[in-house]
Amino acid sequence: MTRYVVQRVAQALIVLLLITSATFLLMNLVPGGPFLSEKAPSEQVLAALNEKYGLDQPVLVQLKNYVVNLVQGDLGVSYKMQKNRQVIDIIMEMFPISAKIGAISLLLALVVGIPMGCVAAYNRGTRIDSSLRVLTTLGISVPGFVVATVLLILFGSIWHLLPTVGLTSWKSYIMPCFSNAFYPMCYIGRLARSSMLDVINQEYIRTARAKGVAPITIVFKHALRNAFIPVLTYLGPLTAYILTGGFVVESVFNIPGLGRYFVQSISNRDYPIIMGTTIFLAALIICMNLIVDILYRYVDPRIDLSKGGNKE
Amino acid sequence: MIMRDSFEPASREEKESHFELVKGVSYWQDAWRRLKRNKVAMISIYIIAFIFVFAFIGPMFSDYDYTTQLRGQENIAPSWGFPFGTDNLGRDLLVRTMYGARVSLIVGVCASLIVLVIGTVYGSVSGYFGGRVDDVMMRVVELIYSLPDILVVLLLSAVLRTPLQIWFNSSGGFIAGKLSVVGPGLISIFIAFGLLYWVGMARIIRGQVLMLKEQEYVVAAKALGAGSKRIIVKHLWPNCIGQIIVTTCMQIPSAIFLESFLSFLGVGVSAPLTSLGSMSADALGGMYTYSYRLIIPAIILSLMILSLNLFGDGLRDALDPRLKK
Repeated sequence: MTRYVVQRVAQALIVLLLITSATFLLMNLVPGGPFLSEKAPSEQVLAALNEKYGLDQPVLVQLKNYVVNLVQGDLGVSYKMQKNRQVIDIIMEMFPISAKIGAISLLLALVVGIPMGCVAAYNRGTRIDSSLRVLTTLGISVPGFVVATVLLILFGSIWHLLPTVGLTSWKSYIMPCFSNAFYPMCYIGRLARSSMLDVINQEYIRTARAKGVAPITIVFKHALRNAFIPVLTYLGPLTAYILTGGFVVESVFNIPGLGRYFVQSISNRDYPIIMGTTIFLAALIICMNLIVDILYRYVDPRIDLSKGGNKE
Repeated sequence: MIMRDSFEPASREEKESHFELVKGVSYWQDAWRRLKRNKVAMISIYIIAFIFVFAFIGPMFSDYDYTTQLRGQENIAPSWGFPFGTDNLGRDLLVRTMYGARVSLIVGVCASLIVLVIGTVYGSVSGYFGGRVDDVMMRVVELIYSLPDILVVLLLSAVLRTPLQIWFNSSGGFIAGKLSVVGPGLISIFIAFGLLYWVGMARIIRGQVLMLKEQEYVVAAKALGAGSKRIIVKHLWPNCIGQIIVTTCMQIPSAIFLESFLSFLGVGVSAPLTSLGSMSADALGGMYTYSYRLIIPAIILSLMILSLNLFGDGLRDALDPRLKK
């Protein structure tokens, strides 16, 4: 087990290093440096700027410097959007806002999605099952920005029930979190339903039923533990979805979080911010995948992780 | 007691009626029959066909192009002349919606074809040769799997925009001209699909090939001296054709989903070309006054993805009944 954890952590670090180098090289080798897009500065100014930000050194030296700085928590300074401010400070200021919305969305997706799947499986073939199926199929087909904007028009503009911009009270969280959670909620619902159906047909469930255990107890106590495993594996992609979904939701609802800032930095081509945020979010997603892989073992000891870890 | 005359030679009709009973049904006929019985899938086909007609034939019947700006006809509400109204530049939104749907469909289909080609070849080579080749190739797949895909696409489109723009402007060639209409955003989506999204397909095909390559007909083909390439192309691919088709079809809606997400964030198609995602983004500004500008493309987009998803489900049940839950 310890060996596996060490191995996985090493692998995650390698992936992170790869992403960092790839991002860095992409940004630096491709023609059209960060200062080219503006109204062409004079050659002296350009040279001075390049020297100031260390862009006149060979790319590999720059990469080495960047990685060394990264390890020390230094992601460089912004070129344009908040000139000369530390990228890490910007991330630390904006990320908590995104994290709050992300965490609520994630919980919402799990807390509603799993029971939805269980209820559908429990009532298999009935009207409840089919209407839940319609709802979840709809949910995985409607893009997040559609949900967000439709909610905004209905609740914000027509009925005037909820605030539309920014984060002023607890009510402001309702629409952003729901629109971010809707897709994963429905996806989890489908996942939970099908894995629950697999479990329900097993012997130990029949035994429990024969003993006279109440059906509700069977579903939520006996079956759920095993049905939860496929949902657990989805937690990694789910985190990635929620983080990137934040880009849309924060832009639509004008929330000053990291997601909206990242999108703005892309259109402004502020390279250090793009790079810093990409690496930060990638690290977050990779960490989540790592945690899920290790948790997996605790939840189901039958899985032999030393052989690749994947059940396929 | 059985008499000799209890048995009569069967008449010709009788023989034929027996043949009738066991009349062979090909894989495709069988699948088509199952698909036809699936009402939801059939309705989805009609909706998809309707959207195709709307997107590809519709613009022919319109007097305007997606770039035509009608002076003095800006911000018209839906009316007889302009069923979807016009935008703030006086462009007919009906035609723009048609072009937007066309872009979404083309992106979906092309991206899926990229996934189909790379994923199938990679997966079958990995599965067929096995051993060390398989180990190395699957390591690469695992690595790609752990990359955050949307971040990579956003990064690519951010990075590629300037150099592609420079290339478009400097070279006057035919390909550059065509690609400049498409825009750097869409090109980076295709690149991302070529780099990242084929891994799911490769895994599925590899699994199938691992299973199929142990079968007798593969051994027989090998004994007859068939080479690896021939076995993969002639024997293995036809036997996983159902999986290949279903996975490719499932890829289309997810590609459309991704494209609309990126276009909504402003890194997808570049103006004046439009897609359903960028139309929705354009409409955000006047969202409360002109809600229909947002609602119409959003509904068409959702309907498109929904029916493609439902059709994909139906196709899976029809082509591979074992998978049905």
